[in-house]
Amino acid sequence: MTIATSAHPTAEQSGGKTQIKPYTMNFGPQHPAAHGVLRLVMELNGEVVERCDPHIGLLHRGTEKLIEYKTYLQAVPYFDRLDYVSPMCMEHAYVLGIEKLLRIQAPLRAQYIRVLFSEITRILNHILSITTGALDVGAITPALWGFEEREILMEFYERVSGARLHANYFRPGGVAWDLPAGLTDDIWEFTERFPKFVEDIDNLLTDNRIFKQRTVDIGVVSKEQAFDWGFTGPMLRGSGVAWDLRKSQPYEVYDRMDFDVPVGLTGDCWARYLVRMEEMRQSNRIIRQCLKELPDGPVRVEDRKVAPPPRGEMKRSMEALIHHFKLFTEGFHVPEGETYTAIEAPKGEFAVYLVSDGTNKPYRCKIRAPGFAHLQGLDFMSKGHMLADAVANIASMDIVFGEIDR
Amino acid sequence: MSEQALKEVGDHIAATLGDDVLKVELKLGELMVTVRRPAILKALTFLRDDPACSFEQLLDVTAVDWPERAERFEVVYNLISYKHNRRIRVKLTTDEDTPVASAVPVFSAANWFERETWDLYGVFFADHPDLRRILTDYGFEGHPLRKDFPMTGYVECRYDEDQKRVVYEPVRLTQDFRTFDFLSPWEGMTNVMLPGDEKAQAPNDGSKP
Repeated sequence: MTIATSAHPTAEQSGGKTQIKPYTMNFGPQHPAAHGVLRLVMELNGEVVERCDPHIGLLHRGTEKLIEYKTYLQAVPYFDRLDYVSPMCMEHAYVLGIEKLLRIQAPLRAQYIRVLFSEITRILNHILSITTGALDVGAITPALWGFEEREILMEFYERVSGARLHANYFRPGGVAWDLPAGLTDDIWEFTERFPKFVEDIDNLLTDNRIFKQRTVDIGVVSKEQAFDWGFTGPMLRGSGVAWDLRKSQPYEVYDRMDFDVPVGLTGDCWARYLVRMEEMRQSNRIIRQCLKELPDGPVRVEDRKVAPPPRGEMKRSMEALIHHFKLFTEGFHVPEGETYTAIEAPKGEFAVYLVSDGTNKPYRCKIRAPGFAHLQGLDFMSKGHMLADAVANIASMDIVFGEIDR
Repeated sequence: MSEQALKEVGDHIAATLGDDVLKVELKLGELMVTVRRPAILKALTFLRDDPACSFEQLLDVTAVDWPERAERFEVVYNLISYKHNRRIRVKLTTDEDTPVASAVPVFSAANWFERETWDLYGVFFADHPDLRRILTDYGFEGHPLRKDFPMTGYVECRYDEDQKRVVYEPVRLTQDFRTFDFLSPWEGMTNVMLPGDEKAQAPNDGSKP
């Protein structure tokens, strides 16, 4: 552990009892359990956390400022780099916001593909979250198994977009390309095997004595606290609130999907772990439904002022060529307006507050990252717990610095 | 979330808060309420506690910079009601010097979001328990998301081998930062008069060309 003490603990003998002065400890910013570049300044009384002040911003890249200087289309790749564990979900919120301002809707096939890949992304994210969380509390095997599955899922990413992580696949008005031949069969095959993997992790962790000792009753968040601190996603569901934007404010084709929303009872780290485990199973169900129902048709809107024409058409049509050129230099204009568009990202409510002034660049694009709200709750969650439990709390929040620091 | 229900909520808020509400808008199916700056705490408390509103959670606080306006900053609060499955956006305006009351007593979540708004825009929140910078570097100067803050910033940092530490220097660009003006009458600018456009109106005056 990287420890730099600002004031050394001094033990003083007074009346037979050892008095330990509280001391300040610097946790991170380079620490494997900090899930990135988190710097915590902790006030400890012995090993008990009294105050915990997260210093964030070490990964601040000024995404929101950069987006203001880019056209709407050029800004999409920045979203992959926010929560780099679930890239396509980030893109999803942004393109939905643009589509809302443009008053267009992606064709049905594109919507299915987006939902399909959003759920693949959710599994990607939860595997990482659960297995590295287990790693933080001492279990190594899940991480080794989980990353193998992640690699398979990232292969699907690569086949559909050309990149394992930073996909840039969702576009305003649809998706960049149609699914390549044979991909649906391979995803289907994956969904047949995947429940077995979840079962294996389940056997390793859920009733594991050590795992439960480290997570049960750690970082308990009550329903009221979750509301007060702006917690969303598994952090909210773990505290017993049955809320999922995919159910309550369905976007794309989620209203056609048949899935359950798991809810935790106790609000501790273990409950959040269980919620994520069940969400993986449910995501698997949604993926299978998407594959079964996947309709034929275009994957981009036909409006050439928003989505580029197909390559073949550009070889013959002058107008198509002009449209293509204008789209990738000037970009499309978005009518004046503003929207707060939220999606249920794997970590919680991820939203984009997009203000347009009628030009080809966003006037303001505020990114509401779920992790930002969660991390500020670390102080009250860790108070009174041991130092090692703060690590379990961070793990159960599913912190990724790309989205928090932006 | 029907438009009608949102409209009713908007009317209810306007009726109860009276003069404190400046504007209630319903655009793109999203409810927006503009309030007077001093009334923000009252409005947020009402929105949270009133059974017909019960917006239990503050999801986001941010700002938008409009330098040409008299009060250049628009502070935006996004709230959600889990009970009624509704969202609302509360707005107010302020400038560089006028403080806005901190929403921390009403929603604890406002703490970091207000710190971020202070950091990036320089909107001052009065009675905030801990108004430090949050996203920018230790010792950073300026508020980077203001429209008059250059994209490249003012300083750049590097590790100095002699001093054995990171040093800050004024930004030196080998080539000027380029912004391309792509705006053209291609679309979205239908009412623009370009040279030669006046000829299109010529037949209207009755004379044949």
